Order: sequence, then C-alpha cells, then structure tokens
Amino acid sequence: MKQLLSFIRKEFHHILRDRTTMMILILMPIIQIILFGFALTTEVKNTKVAVLATTDDEVTNRIIEKINSSSYFDVVANIHSNDEIQAIFRDAKAKLVIVFEDHFSENLRHNGKAHIQLIADATDPNAATSFTFYVSNIIASYQQELMGTTKNPYQITPEVKMLYNPQMVGAFNFVPGVLGMIMLLICAMMTSIAIVREKEMGTMEILLVSPMKPIYTILSKITPYFVLSAFNFATIMLLSVFVLKVPVAGSFLSLVFVSLLYIFVSLALGLLISTLTSSQLAAMLISGMGLMIPVMLLSGMIFPIENMPVILQWISDIVPARWYISAVKTIMIQGLGISSVLKEVAVLSFMSIVLVTVSLKKFKVRLE
Amino acid sequence: MKLIFFTCQNSPFRGLGGRDTINNMEKVIVAESLTKRFGHFTAVDHISFEVEKGEIFGFLGANGAGKTTAMRMLCGLSKQTSGKGVVAGFDIASQPELVKRNIGYMSQKFSLYGDLKVWENIELFGGIYGMTDEQIKLKTDELMIKLNFEEERNKLVSSLPLGFKQKLAFSVAIFHNPRVVFLDEPTGGVDPITRRKFWELIYDATAHGITVFVTTHYMDEAEYCDRVSIMVDGRIEALDSPANLKKQYQAKNMDEVFQQLARKAKRVDS
Ligand SMILES: Nc1ncnc2c1ncn2[C@@H]1O[C@H](COP(=O)(O)OP(=O)(O)OP(=O)(O)O)[C@@H](O)[C@H]1O
Ligand SMILES: [Mg+2]
Repeated sequence: MKQLLSFIRKEFHHILRDRTTMMILILMPIIQIILFGFALTTEVKNTKVAVLATTDDEVTNRIIEKINSSSYFDVVANIHSNDEIQAIFRDAKAKLVIVFEDHFSENLRHNGKAHIQLIADATDPNAATSFTFYVSNIIASYQQELMGTTKNPYQITPEVKMLYNPQMVGAFNFVPGVLGMIMLLICAMMTSIAIVREKEMGTMEILLVSPMKPIYTILSKITPYFVLSAFNFATIMLLSVFVLKVPVAGSFLSLVFVSLLYIFVSLALGLLISTLTSSQLAAMLISGMGLMIPVMLLSGMIFPIENMPVILQWISDIVPARWYISAVKTIMIQGLGISSVLKEVAVLSFMSIVLVTVSLKKFKVRLE
Repeated sequence: MKLIFFTCQNSPFRGLGGRDTINNMEKVIVAESLTKRFGHFTAVDHISFEVEKGEIFGFLGANGAGKTTAMRMLCGLSKQTSGKGVVAGFDIASQPELVKRNIGYMSQKFSLYGDLKVWENIELFGGIYGMTDEQIKLKTDELMIKLNFEEERNKLVSSLPLGFKQKLAFSVAIFHNPRVVFLDEPTGGVDPITRRKFWELIYDATAHGITVFVTTHYMDEAEYCDRVSIMVDGRIEALDSPANLKKQYQAKNMDEVFQQLARKAKRVDS
C-alpha cells in the first residue's frame, strides 16, 4: 500500500510540475466549450422570423412585438397560410416561422390554453435549437405577465418543429462530443504517453528491477488522469449547464455512471497503446491517428452516423466514443434514464473488459 | 553512526589484492552458460562465472560486447535463452521476484526522475522497496551528510551536475541495502576526479557487505576491481584479478590487456 501511495504521489508531481501540459489539459475543454458558446450567440442574433397569424388581436400582437424587440430576432414577414411556409424557407427569407393556431387569443381567454407552433429551419441544428429555445422563453415570460394581471391560469404551449433535419442530428452534439473527446484524450493519450515516457527515460527499467508490482505501476499511472478527467467532466458539465444552457435533462447519476465507464475504457486504451509503443512520439501518433481521428469523424460527433456508408458505420461500432456520445445524448438531451442506454452500457463494458485483459497481459514485466 | 564511512576503509585503492584474504566463499552471483539470443544473433554466448560476497566484479567489454544484455538477465529484466543464473541465492528464471528484492540496479541511462526533488526520489524508491517512513527519513539525513548534499536536498534532480546525479543514483540503488548492486557504466561521461569520488562510494558499499557488479569502459576503473572479466563478442575471454591478468598478458596496465583481447572482436557495433 505504501508502495502504491508513494508512487501515486510521484505521478501527481510529474503532472503538477509540467505546468504547460496541465494548463492545456485543464483549459482545453473550457476553451472548446466557450468557443462553441460564442459561435452560438452570434448565430442567434437577428435571426429572421416570419409570423403566421390568422387573427389580428392584442395577445398575438403583444407576443410578436416582444419577439421582435428582442435582440435575437427580427420579424421580417407576415404570412397568411401554411402554403407559404415552404417558400419562406426555400428563399431563405426566415429561419423561423411562428404559427399561431386559429382562434389563438379566443382559446387562451376561454380555455386558458393555446398553442403556438415554432417551425425552424434546422439545417444548422445548433442554431435552430437555441433560437427555438429563446422564443419559448419569451413566450413563457409573456405567459407569466398575463397570469400576473389576471387570476386565470393561462397556458401557452409552444410546439417545436424542426424542418430539414427532424432528428436534430448534430444538435447539442457539441457537449457530448467534447466530453467524448476530452476524456479519451486525457485518459488514453496522456496515460499512454506517461507510461511510454518512463520507457524512453530509462526509469521503467528501474521500476521493473524493483519489487514494485506491475499492477501498482499501472494503477498509479492512471489515478491522476482519472482525477483530471473527473475534474474536466465537472467543468464541462458546469459550463454546459450555465453557459451553453444545455441542461442535463435526464438523470445526472446515470450520466456520471456512463462517464466513469467511458473513462475506464479510455484508460484501458491508453494502457494498450503504451504496451505497443516505446517512444512518446509513437504513442502520440497512435493516439492521434488511432483515436482522435476516428472519434472526430466516426463517433457521430460531427457527421451523423446514419448518413455514413455502411462500411464506415461498421467501423464506427468499434469506436468507444460513438457509444458514449450516443448515451450522453440520450441522457442529457432527450432526458431519458439509464434503461434507455443499456445497449451502450453493455458495449462499453464489453470493450473495457477486453481492453483491460489484453493490456494487462501485454504489459511487460520484463524488457526484452 | 555518522561519517565512519570514509575512515573505515584504509584507502579507496585497497582493491588491489586485498580481497584474497576472504575465504568464506559465499557466492552471490553464479552464471552457468548463460546465453541470450535475439533472433539468430547471439548477444551473450554461454558465459559462466561466480562472484563472491563483498567482491567488486568488473565486467569489461567493447561496445556491443553484450555487457548490458548479460546484466539485464541477471537482474531479471530479460529472460535468458539458455543457461542458468543464481543471484543472491535465487534463480533468475524461476524466482525473479525474490531476486528483485535483493538487488539494486543502476542502468546505463541516468534513471532518476529529473522532475522530482532529490529527497523525493529517495523517498519514492525507499517506498517502493518497502522501507518505513522513519527508516527513510533517518537514512536520507545520513546520506545527505555523507554525500555533502544538504543544500541539494530540495533541488530538482534535473538541475544537478552529472557527477552529482550519478552519486545520487548509486546511493538510491543501494538505499534499501541490497545484497548485490549492478552498475552499468555508472561513471560514463565524467572526469577522472569525479570518477574517483564515485568509487569511494563503491568501496564504502562493499565495506557494508554489498557485492558490486560493475561494467565500465574506463581502464583506470578496471584497476580498482577485485576481479575483472573481459567480454569479447558475447563470450568471456579472460577472468582474473587485474594483477594476474597483467602478468598473464605481460602488460603494463589493464588498458594493454584489454587492447590485446578486444582486437579479436569481429562484432562491429555503433
Ligand atoms: N533487444 C535487442 N534486440 C536485438 N539486439 C539487441 C537487443 N539488445 C541488444 N542487442 C544487441 O546485442 C548486442 C549487445 O548489446 P549490449 O547492449 O549488451 O552491449 P554492451 O556491451 O552493453 O554495449 P555498450 O558498451 O555499448 O553498452 C549489441 O550488438 C546489440 O545491438
Ligand atoms: Mg551497455
């Protein structure tokens, strides 16, 4: 136990004293998320909106006025029938059409309930998600206002409809994607480099002639990166919820569980890479080419898997990030629980068992 | 307990024949036909020798002769292709864990952690070898005084001059009091005076009953050994005390002995 503790302390020293690397590891997720957040706000500013309202009454006008006065939106057109919607989008006159149902204000007054439909051009799904979200907010605040003046319980239900990209592929992909990427990078890439560095420096030899158990060497190598990844997970979550306003719709515990599982898979991958290489450069290249590129291209982070050629879809099946990102989307965005991601959990568990077994077997007790 | 080290030995150059008086013949290292092949290439070719307790055994050979490879087998870092080796009473093939617990090793590459402080390196290796915190603390204090290192204690190892690093690496290798320490070119790249200081530490270790197995390229160091073996192309061509070797080869010094033997080498290695 003492062996293990002195060794873990040593690993923390290595990381904490290498300021540059540590800064990169801690700041990378923050920068990625903030860059995305920035891109997102410029996207939404002055979004062109068309309105379809069959009646011209006070409530409708109030809502339109509120939307128009927000810096996010400019109401550029009033249309009068559903047939015009297609044309609006086709000619790129607006990104969003707000449809008030027939007898909107009457329904609201008599039944206390009314519907608004938000039809968005979702070719840029991230933008579409955010501006529909903002409109819903504006409507909700108007509803609050109404309830303040009268005692009646009013309920305006916005119903969102995404055109051209109905499954919202790519929407809010960014947070799950960044998570999938950062964890893999830190766990797999950094762990493998840390182990290979010892080989390169010749210190591995000293460790191998010592009575230090190989499993201790491995455990102490992965512990700091585990901690770092957990920290990054927390940062990404906080930024995601408070800066990007992408809330965790489903169970947070499930999300943590799946993430820990994914960290484990990544660590095992790092171990495997370290057993295959003997120079830091090679480790970096393998994790770069072998992990980063598949993660970026085949995990569904950027390109939807459904649209890939079948062969690439098969390959994507063995990319752990694909399963993790899918699970995070399900839990975080769709708001479902662990029971909806059982398949992902099973695949990731299977991967971790295989990887750990292989890399433990291959971790050399001798040099050769 | 302090500073008796430098006085307990008559001189650092006591090695010349002083060992003949010891007759208890406890074998600390035994190699029998130890062989290592890499593919078709035989790096170490049926070498046999014995090293007694407290002896300083010099392991000479040109570049690529197979010194490091032989040493790695004895340390349990690399498995022999054939032959047998016993170190500190344990078989290197079947009991490598027990071998590891009883040896110290200083590799050809400098191999302490440059980004750890002097005391942190010591503490780490003390911990790895299962020493308690008190033991480590006590011995570290002692060591710092002995090496005159008190000012360096808190410095990062990477900031030390090479001679200091080597002394520290050696001290770390014997910190847990192993029965035998393997030194692979421990003084590479430093001047003769620094080397001599280093050898004072080696003598001090043998005075404490630690057996020393050392490879070197420096013939002045060969003179300091109790016995030396000279390896040529993976085989041991000569093995005796420096005095006897010089007599046998009618040479003024070990360098001449070495030149005569090394000329036979066919292997070319960078
Ligand atoms: N892992 C290996 N695979 C193949 N050949 C090897 C391996 N390790 C060493 N060799 C070869 O075995 C021979 C002996 O190498 P070794 O390192 O033991 O020499 P050495 O006597 O220690 O030399 P030096 O004085 O340069 O340290 C060399 O020709 C080397 O190229
Ligand atoms: Mg060598």
